[in-house]
Amino acid sequence: MTSQEKTWKEIAPAGVCSKSSSEFLTGDWKTYMPVRDLEKCTRCLLCVLFCPDGAIRWYPEKGDIAFDYSFCKGCGICANQCPTNAITMKLAQE
Amino acid sequence: MQSVAKQKMMALAGDEAVAYAAKQSDVDVVAAYPITPQTIIVEKFSEYVANGEVETEFVCVESEHSAMAASLSASVTGARAFTATASAGLALMHEMLFVTSGCRAPVVMAVANRALSAPINIHGDHSDSMAQRDSGWIQLYAENAQEAYDSIIQAFRIAENLDVLLPVMVGLDGFTLSHTLENVETLLDEGVKEFIGTRQFPKVLTHEGKTVPFRLDPANPMTVGPLALQNYYFEFKRQQEEAMENALAVIQQVNSEYAKISGRSYGNGLLEAYRLEDAEVVAICLGSTAGTMKTVVDALRQDGVKAGLLRLRTFRPLPVEEIQSALAGVKAVAVMDRCLSFGGNGGPVFHEVRHLLYEAASRPYVVNYIYGLGGRDTSPTELRSIYENLQRIIQTQRVEKPIQYLGLRD
Repeated sequence: MTSQEKTWKEIAPAGVCSKSSSEFLTGDWKTYMPVRDLEKCTRCLLCVLFCPDGAIRWYPEKGDIAFDYSFCKGCGICANQCPTNAITMKLAQE
Repeated sequence: MQSVAKQKMMALAGDEAVAYAAKQSDVDVVAAYPITPQTIIVEKFSEYVANGEVETEFVCVESEHSAMAASLSASVTGARAFTATASAGLALMHEMLFVTSGCRAPVVMAVANRALSAPINIHGDHSDSMAQRDSGWIQLYAENAQEAYDSIIQAFRIAENLDVLLPVMVGLDGFTLSHTLENVETLLDEGVKEFIGTRQFPKVLTHEGKTVPFRLDPANPMTVGPLALQNYYFEFKRQQEEAMENALAVIQQVNSEYAKISGRSYGNGLLEAYRLEDAEVVAICLGSTAGTMKTVVDALRQDGVKAGLLRLRTFRPLPVEEIQSALAGVKAVAVMDRCLSFGGNGGPVFHEVRHLLYEAASRPYVVNYIYGLGGRDTSPTELRSIYENLQRIIQTQRVEKPIQYLGLRD
C-alpha cells in the first residue's frame, strides 16, 4: 500500500470508481506474447473478435491490425483461433 | 405541537398491514418470491398491481436469491425497492444481503420471522433474521401489526437517509403477527408520501471525472460494487460501520418525526422501556413477546414486585449506550432469545447484552432464556417465572444456571 491511497473518509461509497479501468495497465501480467507473421496474416479479423480484452485493434485507415501489449495478458486465444496460424506465442521479455 | 393527521382504522393482519404500508410508500419495484408466513404480503401487493392501484413494477422471480438481486439492482438505479421473505427464503438471500448493504442500496424488506429447517417448521422464531445479523442490514423488530405498518414506512426514511444508505429489514413474528387480525390505524396516502419524500442521492466522482448523483444512469455511467482488494476493501467496510453508527441518531429522529404525524412512537425508536424506572428485575426481549410481557409486568407491579421490561426495537445497530443507561441500577436481568446459537453459550441477544454490561458501573446478574422456538407458545405464567427466578437470584446472590430453556419439556 502506498501513501497515495485514500482513507475511508475520502472515498466514494460502494466502490464507485473515480478512475477508468483503461488507466490500469494489465499487460504486465503476461508470460507469453502473441507475435504475428505478416506474410501469413490475411486480416480476417477473427483475432479481433475473439480477444477477451479488446487488445487487438483494427485500423481501417491502415487496413491492418495491431496488438496493444499494454492490455494483452498473453492468453493465446488469438493464436488458437487464427485460421492461417499466423500468430505464435513467444516468451515475453522483461 | 403539530396536530396529528387524520387516520383510517383498518382491520389488518400483520402481513396485510405491511403490504398496505409498502403500497403507501410509493414503491417503484417489488421483486419477491412467496414463502410462509410472508406470502400474504406479496400476494396482497400483487393484487394492488393487478388492480392498477399502484404503479409498481412487480417482478416474479424464481428464488429469493434473485428477489434480493433484483431489489438491489432496482435500488442502485435510484428506484425505491421493497421485498419480503422469511426463514429459508432469507437464508437463500444470504449472499445477496451482503451485496445489497455493500452497494449501499436502501432496500426495505419485511421478514415474517420463522424457524429454520430441519425439522421443517413454519412458525415463528428469530432464527432466520438473527442468522443475518452481520449482513450489514439495519434490523427492526415489531411488537404488533400496528408497529409493523409504522416501521415499514419509517424504514424507507431511515434507509434512504444520506448519512445511512443501508438496507433495512423489519421483523414481524410469524403467525403471531403476520396472520393475526388487528385494528391498525393507517395514515392517509398523502401523509405517507409527504413523510417519506423522494429519494435523494449523494454526489460521487465517476471515472469520467464527473460529479453526479450516486445511481446507475446510462447518461452518467459509473461502476458500483466492483473489485476492491487488499488495498481498499477494508475502507469500504469501515464506511458501512460508520453508516450503522449514524443510523442510531436517524432512527430516533424518524421515530419522533413520525410521532408528530401519527401520534405513535416506539420508545425512542431504538428501545422501549416499560415500567423501568426504579425496576430491580428486568426482562429484555424483541418482538411480539413484549406484548404479553407488559401484562405480566403490570400484574407483578400490583403485587409489589419492582419489575420492568426493556424491548429492543432496533437490534442492528445495537443501541449500546442506550441499553447501558436503561439498565443502570437494575439488579437482575433476564435476556430472552427466540433463537439458539448452537454451541455459542447462549442466544445472540444474551451475548450482546451481557457483553455491553461488562463496562457497567455496577453489573447486574444476567440470565439467558431460550424460548418459543418453532412457534412454541409462551404463557404469562412462564414469563412470570422468569421474574421469580430473577428475584431468587438477587436473594441468593448467585446465577445458578445462566442459560435456561423456557417452556421446554425437560
